This record gives sequence, structure tokens and C-alpha cells, in this order.
Amino acid sequence: MSTTSAENGTADAPAGERPSTSYDAHFRVWRGDTDGGGLEDFTVEVNEGEVVLDIIHRLQATQAGDLAVRWNCKAGKCGSCSAEINGRPRLLCMTRMSVFERTDTITVTPLRAFPVVRDLVTDVSFNYQKAREVPSFAAPEGLGPGEYRMQQEDVERSQEFRKCIECFLCQDTCHVVRDHEENKPAFAGPRFLMRVAELDMHPLDAAEEQGLDRKTTAQDEHGLGYCNITKCCTEVCPEGIKITDNALIPLKERAADRKYDPLVWLGNKIRRRE
Amino acid sequence: MTQVERRQWDVVIVGAGGAGLRAAIEAREQGLRTAIICKSLFGKAHTVMAEGGIAASMGNVNEGDNWQVHFRDTMRGGKFLNHWRMAELHAKEAPDRVWELETWGALFDRTKDGRISQRNFGGHEYPRLAHVGDRTGLELIRTLQQKIVSLQQEDFKETGDHESHLKVFQECTVTRVLKDGDRVSGVFCYERETGRFFVVEAPSVVLATGGIGKSFKVTSNSWEYTGDGHALALLAGASLINMEFVQFHPTGMVWPPSVKGILVTESVRGDGGVLRNSDGKRFMFDYVPDVFKEKYAESEEEADGWYEDPAKHRRPPELLPRDEVARAINSEVKAGRGTPHGGVFLDVSTRMSADVIKRRLPSMHHQFKELADVDITAQPMEVGPTCHYVMGGVDVDPDTGEALGVPGLFAAGEVSGGMHGSNRLGGNSLSDLLVFGRRAGLYAARHAESFAAGERPLVADAEIDRAAAEALRPFTPEEVAEGGTPENPYTIHQQLQQSMNDLVGIIRRDEEMARALESLAELRERARHAGVEGHRQFNPGWHLAIDLRNMLLVSECVARAALNRTESRGGHTRDDYPAMDREWRRANLVCTLTDPDATSGAGAGAAGQISLRRREMPPIRADLLELFEKEELIKYLTDEELTA
Ligand SMILES: Cc1cc2nc3c(=O)[nH]c(=O)nc-3n(C[C@H](O)[C@H](O)[C@H](O)COP(=O)(O)OP(=O)(O)OC[C@H]3O[C@@H](n4cnc5c(N)ncnc54)[C@H](O)[C@@H]3O)c2cc1C
Ligand code: SF4
Ligand code: SF4
Ligand code: FES
Repeated sequence: MSTTSAENGTADAPAGERPSTSYDAHFRVWRGDTDGGGLEDFTVEVNEGEVVLDIIHRLQATQAGDLAVRWNCKAGKCGSCSAEINGRPRLLCMTRMSVFERTDTITVTPLRAFPVVRDLVTDVSFNYQKAREVPSFAAPEGLGPGEYRMQQEDVERSQEFRKCIECFLCQDTCHVVRDHEENKPAFAGPRFLMRVAELDMHPLDAAEEQGLDRKTTAQDEHGLGYCNITKCCTEVCPEGIKITDNALIPLKERAADRKYDPLVWLGNKIRRRE
Repeated sequence: MTQVERRQWDVVIVGAGGAGLRAAIEAREQGLRTAIICKSLFGKAHTVMAEGGIAASMGNVNEGDNWQVHFRDTMRGGKFLNHWRMAELHAKEAPDRVWELETWGALFDRTKDGRISQRNFGGHEYPRLAHVGDRTGLELIRTLQQKIVSLQQEDFKETGDHESHLKVFQECTVTRVLKDGDRVSGVFCYERETGRFFVVEAPSVVLATGGIGKSFKVTSNSWEYTGDGHALALLAGASLINMEFVQFHPTGMVWPPSVKGILVTESVRGDGGVLRNSDGKRFMFDYVPDVFKEKYAESEEEADGWYEDPAKHRRPPELLPRDEVARAINSEVKAGRGTPHGGVFLDVSTRMSADVIKRRLPSMHHQFKELADVDITAQPMEVGPTCHYVMGGVDVDPDTGEALGVPGLFAAGEVSGGMHGSNRLGGNSLSDLLVFGRRAGLYAARHAESFAAGERPLVADAEIDRAAAEALRPFTPEEVAEGGTPENPYTIHQQLQQSMNDLVGIIRRDEEMARALESLAELRERARHAGVEGHRQFNPGWHLAIDLRNMLLVSECVARAALNRTESRGGHTRDDYPAMDREWRRANLVCTLTDPDATSGAGAGAAGQISLRRREMPPIRADLLELFEKEELIKYLTDEELTA
């Protein structure tokens, strides 16, 4: 008997008739748990317009009822369905089958940088821990609710970073931690270094006034120095956020200014006030 | 006896969407130890998908706006079936709830003078929706999530433990609200990863579980929307109201099949998108109902003029409330004027430059390009109605959110009923989450505080055993014990979705709804024999088998109430009773469990598990009625009510 999930979305698998555009694809899916596992081969139907997540759902429905996978929105908005397809970190729901040849073998594995829970599901608690280590937005003194005034062009930089759907693909791909468990304690990863940058660029964040220097902490506490701007994170970001160019490099520049040149620091501060 | 870990908290919040998180923040700020339980990872709840915006009459774009205007629009949108007190509180408190988000770090799009920008939406008289491009829900969730992290950081400084006062149990599912006599005493849960059971003991439980859309085949909702909170409330002795009102959003994607139902935000129309049929005609002009005639444009020129100069023009009919637009699209497709894939065209490409489209509707641009190979800056989209939102929900006290008749049980957000009447306006959900999430958190905290130490309601072992046995039943379904083959829960779910879609969908008829009830009775019987393989760790088949109980209960409420209400209003349209009936305006249909002691599904037979009762609505307060013109009220209220 095969079972599948409420999680199984719209993957219609009409028994019997098959549209002419459908074909059988060859999939290899990693199955296993904390004790280990391996790739399993499947031959599975694919229909026009489908994405890899549809195929995983079809496997659940027809061949592997207890295949574990995370997903929610099926529209690239929640960042739940992260995995690696042919070794590349991607969202299962935003990877169309039409990008592959019909004869390709499609290999789906869990995110490599995080411990496996089961099948395609990994333990991403590292990220939640890092989120806690970044000091929160500091509300400005003397401005009540409703009194915030900010110009669109001033909020846009941070808004770009707030498009982040926390899929953690960038965290998975960054070589600083991908195969280096030992770097994890000291390195927040691109997503959370970007969070530091976002707050640092927030027009009304009052951390500095309250004695917190976000630039220095980026360097000293969140491991910005480990990043050697390879841009791999930017390449995998499904939201197209320019993590390296717009968040990490400017943060590095500001941190460097801060460290070596008090005058530049003062200048920055004055400019920021204007 | 089952060995189950027990944990003690003051307030437990079921759900980590906008309503749940706002409730949790409030309860924790009242000084209570608060636990949040959610089915997905923290930050992934359904609210993250909301696109268009959050409605609040801040008056940043049009100074004419204020809470009274917002109240009026909300009541009109709901065809006066809204609980007036909820609509009043919502309109009054929404601006404060939005401004508060800014103090927690939210970054909304701005007006030229640096305030929060507001956009037009269907049914709202003025530009009212605060937004961030078309990813407003993400901003809302992230802001609340980050506020929770900041409270945890404060707790860490005090206690050395981030989770001492506010803890998120993620990827855990509540299957029962537990009670001590009449009073709530906690919740029973399983952990997805391990399949382990645990109990959270707390005198206050806030349901914030969202909606029911996964009972329908074509839906914009995710797998989480199995109506859990609705069912948990029923099973705990609470009642549900307005369950016949289900909102079909007019614009879901229709192609390719695998994305059918995924939402196309209303902002597309708010920002100038128009609907055309296969003849190229802007058909919405033919569908303006009498009650809205004075407010909507009659010609394309007038409609187009409105985007530039709303003071001198009436609004385009594309911006009618959702129920009207959804029905119109349905009629066009039925009349043979649909697109190749059975929808209608929604076009922005001829209305705005490519740059403007990409800036204002970035995620729609992305969504169509990635999923349908359609470039919306150059081609029209194909769209059709999709099940989107349930107006019905837990019958609550409007001020506190406490479920009537069940002390200690609260509900907020989509799972609660009354606020939106028969039809919700776009943008009014996100504001609802914050306004009533905060209130539920506050009163849940007060309720929990009212118990002296040692006097809290208790969780009996027998109750835990019952809940555990119920949750484990899919591993030993009745048929298997007798040597037969178990039912596949997936097949049952598919058939349930098909029945609800076909028989209790956007247009309803007596015979079809009666058939739906028969089909539900049959599915319920089969669900008792649903079985799963494998073990308890992260087993989606098992989870679905458990969820079926909830979907079947909630679907029966929808079908029964819809069959009973012999009129058309908002999200309930009947072919056999096409008119709105003023007598029905005063009535809520109240659903309760027929036999609270029956173990789920068993024994109910064709009679079903739900009893229905008709209840009078409280009269609308006089000063609120005075906000409307007499001529308008005549359309909704009975003569008797008008002279009272
Ligand atoms: C695509 C889309 C776009 C939308 N756009 C808008 C918009 O622009 N403006 C607007 O106002 N509204 C919009 N809505 C509606 C709005 O998003 C929802 O009504 C709202 O987000 C519901 O929030 P909630 O807090 O009630 O529940 P959700 O955000 O759905 O959260 C429910 C939570 O409950 C948890 N849960 C459920 N069952 C259980 C259980 N048994 N045990 C434990 N946890 C459980 C879930 O895991 C989840 O955390 C949109 C809806 C959709 C689908
Ligand atoms: S740019 Fe920096 S953060 Fe991004 S992947 Fe490379 S090293 Fe990692
Ligand atoms: S920055 Fe991009 S890749 Fe990284 S978590 Fe956010 S959305 Fe994902
Ligand atoms: S399921 Fe939400 S991003 Fe893929």
C-alpha cells in the first residue's frame, strides 16, 4: 500500500490516461536518517509544467509513502523546500523539470552543510541559533509609533535584504562551513552577516547611540573575516539578493574603516546623519 | 498507561502565523511564560505568503480616511453579516498595530513625505493597504519573528536561557485540546521529527491555526490548512459560526496544472491590471451589482481616469469585492468566453511599463516567469477562481477572543469567526491577525493569571491515554485488525477535495450539497479504516491520516451550513436562491459537535457529527448605524430593524 501526505499538493496523478507530453524520468533520491543511508533509484512520471517538488510528491503518492520532505507554499515564498539537485542547492518548488533533458538522471539530496534528520529533511537549527546571536533592531529614542519618517531610497537597501525567505541555501553553499564543521561556532554565514548589514543600513536603527557598533561586531563576533567574497552565496539565492556585493562587501568596507581610520568613521557617521 | 512527557507553561499558542506570533508577544510582555506550537519551521507559516498588504486607515495617502470609513467598507464587504463590534475594534486599532511593527524594525514602502505608503485594494474606499512590494506577509512574519527573538535575547540576559519565557516548539502538531471539567488544561501534541507525544499543560490555550483550504481541490492554501484549529475547537466543546462562507479568490493561476490555484495578488488589479475575456472585452462592467452601482465606473474612460484622479472618477469594476469578481469570472468561463486553459485574461502588460511592473509586482513577475513561462510585462496572465480564505470560525467574544462556552480557550486570526461577515476584504486579514492576536494574547494572559498557584486545571492521565490512542489508530486501523486491507489516506483526501470543489464550491445547489453530505458520510466511514505504513518518525502518511479527522469535521460544517442558508450572500452563492435576503442578514448558523463523547469518526453514520442551530445576531449599535445613509441600510436591514 502506498500512502502520502496532506503535504501532497496539486500533483495530480490521473490513473490510466496519460497526456502525450508526459514521460518517465529517472530520479535518484537520498533516503536515510541519522544512522546513514544512500541513493535510491526511481522511475517516475513527469507531466508538462511540473517542478521537482511535484515529482517528489508523486513518489510519495505512488512509490515511497513515507519519503520525508519539507514544503509549504509551493511558490518560492516560504523557503521550506531547500535541497540539492544534482549537487546544486535549490528550491524544489522552483526548479522546473523543463530545465533538464528527458534522459537526464536527476539526483536529489539533502542540504549538505546541515545534519540529516530523514531523507530530504535536515536539521537547520544552526541558523536559528545564529539568528539569536545578532542583536535586534534598536528603536530610536524619542520617536513614537507613527512618527517614523524614512525616504524610499533610504529603506531600499535594507529592503533588498529583507526579501530573504530564509531558505538557507546560501548558508549551505558557503565553503566556510559547507565542509568545515569547525568553523560553525565562529561564523554566522551569509544570511546572518547580511542581517547585520541590514540593521546597520536601517535609517533609524539606534544601535550605535546605544553603544553597539554593528560593524565591529560583524568582524569580531559574527566571523565576517572568514568570508573571502567568492559570491557563491549570491549565485544560489533564489530571491536574487546580491548578498556579497550589496551586503558583505560594504560591511567589510565599513568594518575596515572603523578599525583603522577614526576620521573615516567620523565622516561616515556624519554622512549617515544627513 | 502511555508515558508522555508533560511540560508546564502559562499560555500556549497553537500556530505561528501573524495571529499566533502577535498573541505570543503580548502574553510574554504581560510577564507570562508562553509556548508557541507550530506545524512548520518558525517563520514559515502561511502568513508568509500574503502579498498585497495590510489594511489600516492611517490616512497617509488620502487624508479623508479614518476608522469610520474603514468600518463602513468592512461591513459592506461582509454584506453586514460581520460582528459589528469586531469590525469596530479592527478598524480602530489597525493603525496602531501597523505603526508598532515599525518600532520592531519593519520597513514598509514609503510615501514621498516619508510615511508608510498605502495602496488601493478591492472594496476599500481609499488607498489603505500598507505594503512592501508584493511580499507584505513576509515582512509581517519576519518582523514578528525578529521581535520574538529580541524578547528571547532579553530573557537570556536575565536568566541565561533564551527559552525561559518564550519558546517555539516547531514542527509539532496539536491533536487535542485537553480539559479539566469545563476548563481548558492544556494540549496534546506529537513531534514531527520523532513522532513522540508530549503534553503542554496551561490554563490558557490560544488557537491561531489559520484556515481550511486544503479540503478543496483548487486552492491557494498550503498543506497546513487542514482546519485543525476549527476541529480542535469543536472537539473541545466550542462552536463555529459562518462556516458556509468560503472566499474564492478571483485570481489564481490556472496553468500549468501543477500550480493551479496559486494566488495572483489583488494588487495586480489595484495597480491597474484589467480583466478581459477571450473576445478581448473588459467584462467586469457587466457585473456591477445594484448595491454597488453608485460607486463603480460605467465606462473604460471613467475607470482609467480613476487611477490618476480618484476624486473625480468612480473606481474600476475590477476592484469590486472578491466574491463579485470571482462569480463574474466563473460566468464568463461557463459562457464559453474563457481562455485556452479555462480562465480569463488579466493584463498589466498594456497598462504599465515593464520597469514599473517589475518594481511594483516583483514576485508576480518572478512567479509567472519561473512557473508558467509567461512574461507578465509582455503577455497577459490567465487566471481563475481559487479557494482562498474561510470567513467562518470559532464563535468568540469580540473583545477578548475567548471561545464562548469554553473558559481558557481563545481563538484569533483566520480560525476565528465573525469579523469578516460573509466576505473578507483584501488586506483585512493581516490587520485582523494583529488586532485580535494581540487581544487574544492579552486576555489569555489575564485568564492564566487568575489562577492561584496549585489551583490550575489538571490534565488527567486517562485523557492523555485517549488522545494517544486516537493518534496511533492509523497504525492499527480496524480493518487491519480483522485481516482486511486498510484505506489509503491519500485517496480519501483526494476524493474529499474533489467533492468539496464540485459540490460545495463557488456556485451551490441544494441537491449537490445534499450529495456532498452523503459523500462526506461515506468518506468518514472509510477514514476509520485509513492505515499507514512505516514508523512514527517524520511520516507524512501518518500525519495526513490524523488530519483527515479535522478536514472531515470542517467540511461537514461548510456543507451543512451552506445547505441550510437559503440565500446568496458574500462567499456563499446559491444557484437556487440567487438573491440576498434581509431576514437572513440577522442570522448566524452555529455548528457544534453532536456527540462530544464519540471517538472521532466512529458511529456518526449518515446523520453526521455536526448539529446546526440558527441564532440571531446582536443588533448593530446605533452610533455605528448612523455612519451609513438610510438608503444603503435599506438594502441590508429589515424594516423592523430599521425602525427599532
Ligand atoms: C497566497 C495568499 C495571499 C494572501 N494575501 C493577503 C494579503 O495581501 N492581505 C491580507 O490581509 N491577507 C492575505 N491573505 C490571507 C492571510 O494571509 C491569512 O488569512 C493569514 O495569514 C492567516 O494567518 P493566521 O495567523 O490566522 O494563520 P497562519 O499564518 O496560517 O498560521 C497558522 C499556524 O498554525 C499552525 N498550525 C495549524 N494547525 C496546527 C496544529 N494542529 N498544531 C500546531 N500548529 C498548527 C501552522 O503551522 C501555522 O504556524 C493571503 C492568503 C494567501 C493564501
Ligand atoms: S561570498 Fe563570503 S559568505 Fe558568500 S559564499 Fe563566499 S565566502 Fe561565503
Ligand atoms: S539570502 Fe537568499 S539564499 Fe540566503 S537564506 Fe535568504 S533567500 Fe535564501
Ligand atoms: S515550498 Fe515554499 S519555497 Fe518551496
